[in-house]
Amino acid sequence: MRERFLIGFDPFVLPFLLGMAFVLIYCIVGLIRVILQLSKADRRKLAISLFKPANAWKNVRDMFLDCLFHVKLWKRNPKLGYMHSSIAFGWFMLIVLGHIETFIFVPKKAGLFYFPIFFRYFMEMDNYSLRGSFFFFAMDFFLLIVLSGIFLAMFKRIRSRFFGMRRTTRLSITDRVGLYSLWAIFPLRWIAEGFTAGIAGGSFMTIPINMLLKNFMSNPENITVAWWLYSIALGTFMFALPFSRYMHIPAEILLIPMKNAGLKVYHPRKGFTLAQIYTCPSCGVCIDACPMSASRQNLKDTTVYLVRQIKRNNARRMNAMTEKCLMCGKCQEVCQINLQSYDIRMRIRERATYNLSLKHDYLDSYKPEISKSKVLYYAGCMSSLTPTTGRSIKKLLDAARINWTQMDEGGGICCGRPLILSGKRADAADLIAKNTEIIESSGASILLVSCAICYRVFKEEYQLNGVRVMHYTEYFNELMEEGRLKVNRGSLRYAYHDPCDLGRGCGIYDEPREALSRVGIIAPAEKERALSVCCGGSVGSLTLDFEARKPITQASVKNMLFSNPDRIVTACPLCLNTFERYSPVKVVDFAEALCDGLEKKED
Amino acid sequence: MIDFGYTLSKSRTLRIDNLDDSRYKALHKLEPDAYKCIGCGSCTASCSAGVFTELSLRKILLSMQRGDEKQYINQLQACMLCGKCTLVCPRGINTRHLILSMCKIYSIDK
Repeated sequence: MRERFLIGFDPFVLPFLLGMAFVLIYCIVGLIRVILQLSKADRRKLAISLFKPANAWKNVRDMFLDCLFHVKLWKRNPKLGYMHSSIAFGWFMLIVLGHIETFIFVPKKAGLFYFPIFFRYFMEMDNYSLRGSFFFFAMDFFLLIVLSGIFLAMFKRIRSRFFGMRRTTRLSITDRVGLYSLWAIFPLRWIAEGFTAGIAGGSFMTIPINMLLKNFMSNPENITVAWWLYSIALGTFMFALPFSRYMHIPAEILLIPMKNAGLKVYHPRKGFTLAQIYTCPSCGVCIDACPMSASRQNLKDTTVYLVRQIKRNNARRMNAMTEKCLMCGKCQEVCQINLQSYDIRMRIRERATYNLSLKHDYLDSYKPEISKSKVLYYAGCMSSLTPTTGRSIKKLLDAARINWTQMDEGGGICCGRPLILSGKRADAADLIAKNTEIIESSGASILLVSCAICYRVFKEEYQLNGVRVMHYTEYFNELMEEGRLKVNRGSLRYAYHDPCDLGRGCGIYDEPREALSRVGIIAPAEKERALSVCCGGSVGSLTLDFEARKPITQASVKNMLFSNPDRIVTACPLCLNTFERYSPVKVVDFAEALCDGLEKKED
Repeated sequence: MIDFGYTLSKSRTLRIDNLDDSRYKALHKLEPDAYKCIGCGSCTASCSAGVFTELSLRKILLSMQRGDEKQYINQLQACMLCGKCTLVCPRGINTRHLILSMCKIYSIDK
């Protein structure tokens, strides 16, 4: 191999070079902005984590697995995984091999940005060597890999269902420019390298192209045109990159260390959030996952579009989309980059302004009389509308001979989560303080909660000294394991619904299923556990009205009926209330289902 | 008169010429459900904060229709946003958003 030209430069590299410079400058400025927006403590945290060996290793591993191999996408759908990783890893290898090639054959040009990219144009083959042939083959091989990925990407535009996606994101104009130029880059590279294959050599991909139209291809003027086109495609892509979804390529390199350092979202647009916003590749996996997408009019309010509006700083749309959200957290569960959409939405909600503020000073005089016992039961607001739950819990506790009292009989104080979800964290603090005071002074050692919403806030926001907070699914399962609560197994088939706040919110999936399997047969839902579908009744959504919630609930009920259960069981009074409206089969509370087992024993 | 613990409301007249329902209309813009209310009082009956205070969403909304909500609006400050009223509402009104919208429209000192 030797150089064809003495100066090793041609004007056609300019579009690429300018684009590259633009992207680099944009990314460096962006990086500095994000770092400066972080709080001092966060910056320290990030810096320390970078130098911890275990963390540094995790960063490198995550970068390879997530950025190049898209492992999460592979797990979701292998075709989708192949499509993304073939483009990412193939392109990465083309760049790396190009640099190695340059370094081996023309070390003095190794510092030039453009040289490895346009290597085949500047080089001439004078003799065959094993080393050279290896690179010829490897470069063509990876080009083929990338081209196959591009082909799949084009096919996905026509039939996304083939890749397991019902709906894909509607792209913005800059996204489209980026997409089409990305599609153009590799076929053009193939053609350009085909033109020079007669001079610079090639392998199974490029040589046949060159052979096809030998005379046309070896005309020097045509060669330059082909390489110009390739460079222009690269340049267009680079210039579109910062304003399109392809910003996720450089941004993810920043996001991974930030995530591994354990930073928290503190602002709807700045710092850690900004890094997340830029890392969103607009893949649209969250659209299908969102329970709201049961009706078409809500599609534009899903997380991927929220991210776009945050990028554009469109405050009106940001607020409207956030207020509509059910806050079920499913988009976060399926997200490829683990975008913390729940936290971002909370920060947006917390910034809403109200002229009339809430005041809960009337609570000061509230002093309920609670007799001392081991277990303190907090029913919560919603449970008072589903009295069967309370009666069933009473029956179960008495059957297990537990010494218990109810904390909020005849009306108590709300747990505070609805206020937090409405962005009124400071107001919720009053309720939390009062409830903490009541619970701690009761002398109980276990706080039993029958509502998933309450349970989450007790776990996340309360600091209860010496009191164990237990959801009733956990508690009754424990009682059964210890043999204190005995039930008989019937033949009813129960489909268990994972309430959002209990499952995704607190990670409780197994206890309720274990307990239920002692009284009946579990009939699996179509999507369950972390992928469970919100019932649509969530207090998280502020603006969805009764009619708009209907299709969401119906879709969720349909999901529960997947294996023809006799009963739908849920462990949240709100889900119970919501499901009952539209379910063709009987919906029962978890405690009520356990009582089925009790009654048979008494017979 | 025998004390029943409650009395009949005093008769009163509303002069439509003096009616200022601009805020009621503004509320309707923020939350269209505002017009759906039939004043049944289920929300008030089930209210968690109503156990401790005078808070009555029915009264507030009704007084807004009549344009004389000033005496009741501050009751709203007791709300815990728990959402029971939404569940019991026979008209399916999104009461939580109704309350938040009222909070957006009003200020306490006025």
